[in-house]
Amino acid sequence: MEIKLWINGKLIKDNVEPDTPMLEYLRSKGCYSVKRGCETSNCGLCTVWLEDKPILSCTLPLMRADGKHITTLEGLQSEAEEFGAFLADEGAEQCGFCNSGFIMNVLAMKRELNDPTEEEIKEYLTGNLCRCTGYVGQLRAIKKYLKSVKGDLGNE
Amino acid sequence: MLRCNDYIFAESLDEAYALNRKKSAAIVGGCGWLKLGSRQWGSVIDLSRLGLDKITETDEAFTIGAMVTLRDIEKHEGLNAYTNGAIKESVRHIVGTQFRNTVTVGGSIFGRFGFSDVLTVFMVTDSFVELYKGGVIPLHEFAKLHYDDDILVNVIVKKNPLKMAYSSFRNQQTDFPVLTFAHAFREDGAFSVIGARPSRAELKRDEENILKDIFSKSQDEVIEAINAYALWISSQYTYESNLRASADYRRHIAEVLARRTVTAIVDKG
Amino acid sequence: MSEYKNVSRPVRKKDAMALVTGKPVYTDDLAPADCLVVKLLRSPHAHALIEDIDISAAMKVPGIEAVFTYKDVPNERFSIAGQTYPEASPYDRLILDKRVRFVDDAVAIVAGENEKAVDKALKLIKVKYDVLEPLLDFRKAKDNKILVHPEDNWRSLCPVGADNKRNLCASETSEHGDLEKAFAESDVVFENTYHTQANQQAMMETFRAYSYMDTYGRLNVVTSTQIPFHVRRILSNALCIPKSKIRVIKPRIGGGFGAKQTAVMEMYPALVTYKTGKKAKMIYTRQESQTASSPRHEMEIKLKIGAMRDGTIKAIDMYTLSNSGAFGEHGPTTVGLSGHKSIPLYNRAEAYRFVYDVVYTNYMAAGAYRGYGAPQGMFAMESAIDELSHILNIDPIEIREKNMVREGDTMNAYYGEPANSCALDRCLDRARKLMDWDSKYPSKDMGNGKVRAVGMAMAMQGSCISSLDTGSVTLRVNDDGFYTLLIGASDMGTGCDTILAQMAADCLCCDVDDIIVHGVDTDSSPYDSGSYASSTTYITGMAVVKTCETLIAKLKHYAKPFLECCNEEDMEFNGREIINTKTDKKVSLKDIAYSSQNNNDAEALCATESHSSPISPPPFMVGMAEVEVDKETGKVELINYKAVVDCGTVINPNLARIQTEGGLVQGIGMALYEDVVYNEKGGTLSNSLMQYKIPTRQDICDIQVEFEPSYEPTGPFGAKSIGEIVINTPPPAIANAVYNAVGVRIRELPITPEKIYNGMKRNED
Repeated sequence: MEIKLWINGKLIKDNVEPDTPMLEYLRSKGCYSVKRGCETSNCGLCTVWLEDKPILSCTLPLMRADGKHITTLEGLQSEAEEFGAFLADEGAEQCGFCNSGFIMNVLAMKRELNDPTEEEIKEYLTGNLCRCTGYVGQLRAIKKYLKSVKGDLGNE
Repeated sequence: MLRCNDYIFAESLDEAYALNRKKSAAIVGGCGWLKLGSRQWGSVIDLSRLGLDKITETDEAFTIGAMVTLRDIEKHEGLNAYTNGAIKESVRHIVGTQFRNTVTVGGSIFGRFGFSDVLTVFMVTDSFVELYKGGVIPLHEFAKLHYDDDILVNVIVKKNPLKMAYSSFRNQQTDFPVLTFAHAFREDGAFSVIGARPSRAELKRDEENILKDIFSKSQDEVIEAINAYALWISSQYTYESNLRASADYRRHIAEVLARRTVTAIVDKG
Repeated sequence: MSEYKNVSRPVRKKDAMALVTGKPVYTDDLAPADCLVVKLLRSPHAHALIEDIDISAAMKVPGIEAVFTYKDVPNERFSIAGQTYPEASPYDRLILDKRVRFVDDAVAIVAGENEKAVDKALKLIKVKYDVLEPLLDFRKAKDNKILVHPEDNWRSLCPVGADNKRNLCASETSEHGDLEKAFAESDVVFENTYHTQANQQAMMETFRAYSYMDTYGRLNVVTSTQIPFHVRRILSNALCIPKSKIRVIKPRIGGGFGAKQTAVMEMYPALVTYKTGKKAKMIYTRQESQTASSPRHEMEIKLKIGAMRDGTIKAIDMYTLSNSGAFGEHGPTTVGLSGHKSIPLYNRAEAYRFVYDVVYTNYMAAGAYRGYGAPQGMFAMESAIDELSHILNIDPIEIREKNMVREGDTMNAYYGEPANSCALDRCLDRARKLMDWDSKYPSKDMGNGKVRAVGMAMAMQGSCISSLDTGSVTLRVNDDGFYTLLIGASDMGTGCDTILAQMAADCLCCDVDDIIVHGVDTDSSPYDSGSYASSTTYITGMAVVKTCETLIAKLKHYAKPFLECCNEEDMEFNGREIINTKTDKKVSLKDIAYSSQNNNDAEALCATESHSSPISPPPFMVGMAEVEVDKETGKVELINYKAVVDCGTVINPNLARIQTEGGLVQGIGMALYEDVVYNEKGGTLSNSLMQYKIPTRQDICDIQVEFEPSYEPTGPFGAKSIGEIVINTPPPAIANAVYNAVGVRIRELPITPEKIYNGMKRNED
């Protein structure tokens, strides 16, 4: 089937099988940050943005993205580095396998929620599983990051 | 994983319906459930270009398109004001933000899943489904029907005055519920829905008028009435065992949730 | 602040920025696109013999390269347990067997050009099974008439008490002192039985590997593993080809927690590549990782404790029955930790006995999971000690203070090893204060139908497998004076690459960035038994220290002509230069490095050292849980968890903290809901992350971690281990807190709301 979509701002016209999974397609286009951790929509590792909303690329069929924009961590490298540095400074990146999907959702949360409470942060990100960190270090990193981002805005 | 020979963006409901009459066809919502199957579909029909991704609010009703996501209803101010936040409460435990951005109200309601928080919460309101062929029928009637090849177009929630609340019991925060419970005081009576028993949600009315005039009773009378109601309503359902809990425990939790949820509404006045 | 420049500082992990920006560094990211897709046909029966298998239709599917059955594989049994040779685990596996021993056991291997073709072919394989009665009750497995491994070529390489004709994977008795006398003299004898479930490691990256033939006709396998060198041996055994023909490479791996201490699936793509000469890749689905993998051993532990009225513990008698499932990976060894890591906590007991049986059943085989038997034993022991304290009416802290192991002790139940470093007493004091135990114990009714209560547990682990684990490192000086540190230990996200570089940097007086860490490739890395048994920091870390010493000696030797000095004692290395302390003459490391590459003065400035340890010094810890229990529903909400850990010197405080927090949360999952559940036919019901719930960030509570370091004289910079001990305390601490809240004693994990509710109802009746 014909499909036209933008991946990280780049227009792609392609011919694909009608049941192509979005996740595997993105990897085949070089977006290796997109990971699969399960087959049942439970882990959040495959999180990407469709029209700037975080969605599960393991779940939505690729065809749904026809005419739309997908963003992966490859398209958000400087923000990934910025938040990632906070994560790294807690040692909370650990094995790293859940990082991409998690960071995609943290960056979406930053855009969607204004000054979230700890409970709101946890609820927003609860679909991102991590087996290494126990989440506590991730939360420390998020709080420091949001504080720093807020500080930057205050200075503008 | 979703397997299909063709993926079709329907250009009209008429076309979607015609395509869906084939046994090998399926309508795709957010694909959350469809992709768990191992079936090879002929064609998969996508309704996302039919403008069904909107929530329309009028003085009389909310009309929720089949392609509206669970995240959309979670964040909809009007719906949550009307339901006293019950809609948000019902979906916030469902997997995660990204999942709720992905899956649809149409998929959730059409699926009539036993574990469904969404089916439970909508059913307690004066709500209807609009089917392409079957027309507008009450949600609690629709929930009893067998699956067919009709198409769910909208979920309609009538804005009749009500006081409602929703609660669920889970072993782990984002797990399927052990039990779901919704209650509403409506103009036409007091209604409860218990779901995830683990079978489908069902609507029951306070036929014995146990909660009649509850808002004008003394505190002791309120407690007595609610306790009686919780016992009565929980006994009106059948329960079964599965991985998450036994039938007996579910029956007990039903009574506890009934008491707590109704109390929360009455306390709020 | 640390007295060192790198050690005991929160150094950022070397690979951190690659990981947080999503760089393609994992197995599946690196695999060539033209690998054959490899999948397995799996058994629908828990126990059956394959009578007939017809692959002809499957072979006709376009794109199918090969289908292999038991007829195509060597009939030499081997073990896939990642252990030092000769393995304690029995040689009970074939790549494919005529007998299938659990639901989802491998029946056939299919390799094809794409997934669709392979899926189609899998459906077309026709198998006729002679279905046999399965053995599904581990309590009845020993000497049952159903034999899981009746075959004659089953082998046990070590004297672990294994006997396949009795379904015994291992059995042993160890004791110390006069047990009968100690019980006879006890005022109180307490006895009960505890049951822990199988749990899945559920690392986010499932099992996966790809393979190809290289220029030299050797089989190369890139795999997400904790044990590259063992994988080389295992594949050699499985395929019956020489080890010299195999190379194993470990890239970044997405978590292991012990799961990848078993070569669960490397043999399948390896066989395909070996037979077809083509590249092959296998990615286990989450379902396969839940149903045909290497979960924690289910154990039932009978514990009998004799004590005096004043709380003095005199005698401990433990019997552990461990369910190894269909194969014996790690069966003989995990079980030992249930006693040897729990009994010595109460080292003042006059006598103890520890007896165990490890049995085969027709369930998925168990394996290694963080804690490796210790969490099971600790749940039993630390629950029982609380129960005893209630019988004696003594505060649970007091009874522990009275009996706990202390620095300088000889630990009889721990192979007679010394407690050279032990801050357990300080951990307990500190945790007590952090939790505000004295004002919270035992419970407080919140007046809203809920009760808050506290519970505690102690724990110990090891820092290696004594006299067995071996770590080696090679250190090279390069031009410009930077170093390459070649290691065989597998960083699985825990940060050992960085931690080892921190140690090396302090030994070599340089920055962590001056040290390039390279691992793991069995062709170039020095031998390391692997990343398990919490051993990397302690064992490989010590190898780093030794190697640095050797290298510095070499540098000094090499510098002699430059410094006109013949006595190394008169020379000093400050990281940048070597100085003749008598004359102040200097030569820079850079000049030495260049010179060593020069024709006339060429010399390989590199050093390799190995280390193993005759002892395995235990880290210790105390964990305290505060819970709130709903008196109507039995639902437990965790409010607080306080943990104080003695891991010796903390090499990297950030990474040690994350290890602790991560381990605690896995322990919380084990305590509250994680459970590998089977149906009556032996099929796994907990076959996805939808049905097997691990904690989310909403399920955890405030977790506070502190370190109470001791100094371990045999460890690098005084360090012991951290990786495993941290999972041990939550199950008993939470169980004890639940008891203190509502008087319900849960002796069978997980501690579900329904069990608590049923307990409360029983108490009422």
